[in-house]
Amino acid sequence: MHIIQQLLFILVLGVAAFLLFKRIQFIKKGIKLGKPLDRTDNSSARWRSMLLVAFGQKKMFKNPLPALLHLFVYVGFVVINIEVFEFIIDGVAGTHRIFAPFLGSFYTVLLSFFEFLSVSVFVACAIFLIRRNIIRVPRFHKPEMKTWPTLDANLILIFEILLTSAILLMNASDQALQAKGAEHYTHTGKLFFSSFLVPLFQNSQVSTLIVLERFFWWFHILGILGFAVYVTYSKHLHIFMAFPNTYFANLNPMGEMANMDSVTNEVKLMLGLPLEGDASAPPAEVGRFGAKDVNDLTWKSLMDSFTCTECGRCTAECPANQTGKKLSPRAIMMATRDRVEDVLKGEKGLEDGKSLLGDYISKEEINACTSCNACVEACPVLIDPLSIILELRRYISMEESGSPAAWNAMFQNIETNFAPWKFAPTDRFNWAEDLKKI
Amino acid sequence: MSTYNIPTMAEMAAKGESPEILFWVGCAGSFDDRYKSVTKAFVKILNKVGVSFAVLGQEESCTGDPARRAGNEFLFQMQAMSNIQVFEGYNVKKIVTACPHCFNTLKNEYPALGGNYEVIHHSTFLQQLIDEGKVKPADGQAFKGQKITYHDSCYLGRANNVYEAPRRVLEALDTELVEMKRCKTNGLCCGAGGAQMFKDSEPGTKEINVERTEEALETGAKIIASACPFCLTMLSDGVKAKEKEEEVKVYDLAELIAQAEDL
Ligand code: SF4
Ligand code: SF4
Repeated sequence: MHIIQQLLFILVLGVAAFLLFKRIQFIKKGIKLGKPLDRTDNSSARWRSMLLVAFGQKKMFKNPLPALLHLFVYVGFVVINIEVFEFIIDGVAGTHRIFAPFLGSFYTVLLSFFEFLSVSVFVACAIFLIRRNIIRVPRFHKPEMKTWPTLDANLILIFEILLTSAILLMNASDQALQAKGAEHYTHTGKLFFSSFLVPLFQNSQVSTLIVLERFFWWFHILGILGFAVYVTYSKHLHIFMAFPNTYFANLNPMGEMANMDSVTNEVKLMLGLPLEGDASAPPAEVGRFGAKDVNDLTWKSLMDSFTCTECGRCTAECPANQTGKKLSPRAIMMATRDRVEDVLKGEKGLEDGKSLLGDYISKEEINACTSCNACVEACPVLIDPLSIILELRRYISMEESGSPAAWNAMFQNIETNFAPWKFAPTDRFNWAEDLKKI
Repeated sequence: MSTYNIPTMAEMAAKGESPEILFWVGCAGSFDDRYKSVTKAFVKILNKVGVSFAVLGQEESCTGDPARRAGNEFLFQMQAMSNIQVFEGYNVKKIVTACPHCFNTLKNEYPALGGNYEVIHHSTFLQQLIDEGKVKPADGQAFKGQKITYHDSCYLGRANNVYEAPRRVLEALDTELVEMKRCKTNGLCCGAGGAQMFKDSEPGTKEINVERTEEALETGAKIIASACPFCLTMLSDGVKAKEKEEEVKVYDLAELIAQAEDL
């Protein structure tokens, strides 16, 4: 019996590891579709950003209640997973609670602490479900939150509730078995939370209890492994991606737009200015100006899209969205991720006749952006939707000359009058006249 | 009758002098009828404290910011590079401007094209003058105890982390500064950034400037202070849309200081 369980466990572990590996490769490939960008400078500031924002959840605390609940789930997730380590050893070696004899009463304390976290995760997830589905916090119900994103969010919460319940029920049935002196069931001491559930199991036969305990054990570990794989398909990827994403985040002032060096060279040629470096070298291949599709964005923008947890904090702060415009920064991130996944899955890849701009994101959306950076500021994992919007605008302006007519007129004013309005450059200093006359 | 000294860089160069600061007026500062009074107010302050400054006059030209935000990188870089050439010609080291968009572009974006200067927004500059005691706006008590609310410009606040200087300037006026519901890092945009100033807004249910103005009016302040030409326009329009232009005024920091100093 044991050996079958062991073999089965190893098989399951192998399958989960394989699926996970494949998905990680897939996501890596997706991110690598993006253009190069150097984000390796200033590593101390980068570590700090990661520690504060990803590990320390700094940005979450702009709104304390969800932040606190989220913190419970997050700490619970990290810490309870330490227990998974024991699960895996037990599963492979056919042991049961292998650490219990070594740790003695400390094991009891440790497990009681894990149980405390399980209960907090349970409660937090229940409140999250209520916020989403009963209180209906507005940011969870915008047009981009279609069937799958909404289902995904709810599934995860239900999943976590089931997993934490399994831990508690497993521990309770285990303690009932210990009380009956069942062989193999090492004494764990009285575990703080699950001991309250022991009466549920007290009157059952040892054989029934073993089946139940095994069921909960398997449910929990299968759940964890399934969860790990599921996460890579879901918005929940942020539990891993938040770390690299905050490490590689933009460290420059938010107002700064990245310079397009390919344009700099052309402008220098036009103005007759000396080029930097070797002027006789053939010019580097100039790709598209701006972004039409995901491969025109930097890898960081694509990483952003995989990190996005669809929380909608950005959209809730967006002035355009608040005033009924079509733009939603969250939708920009979701569209980008959808496009990357479609490109990777489709047979024709990027050449499928579609593109990010047009098929996934409309001009109306990006034309509504005021570049106010409220979305960037709001994002708890330092995602930058604005840089995608601005790259798309660059493409529209420079490759299609398709900017709104009023902008084209503004461009023309700058070209001819050196001001965005139609005023003669010779009148520029007229304001001083009345001051001299006072 | 008082006259003010407004030297240009060219005039100073002709005399073999170079000013301590270049006052970058910006397009709105040069052409916008309402906002020109901010330029004048700032020049009066500069004259009063006797700072050695000059302007570019007709040699000034758009920084290129709206072109860049609207996607036209070529035009932006053309503007930037010719401006940098002008700066180089006059050996400019330090620039002060009242426009957060010019400020952001000159400070953060010109370096990538070879233009490195110390760039200061006028809110910070005014705060320095107050700290140094060169401007003592509370003396006249023009605004003592008046409720004023301050609207954060996105390009000053979130974009460049300048939140305190404008508030310190207002406090120096001995006003009662009341904050809007969304302020500082959470401040709501006026709706004009990202080149929106130069086109109609996309279809929606409301204008952003009206949303923001409503929030400003909720504070009960009779003066809305701003530190950006676009915000000033958008909020003034918002106040008009709410038919409150008789009771509620929108002013730039420089105008408030100039009024307090009776300039
Ligand atoms: S930068 Fe654009 S997308 Fe982001 S919040 Fe502001 S208007 Fe919305
Ligand atoms: S971009 Fe950031 S703030 Fe917006 S939905 Fe995604 S994770 Fe949330």
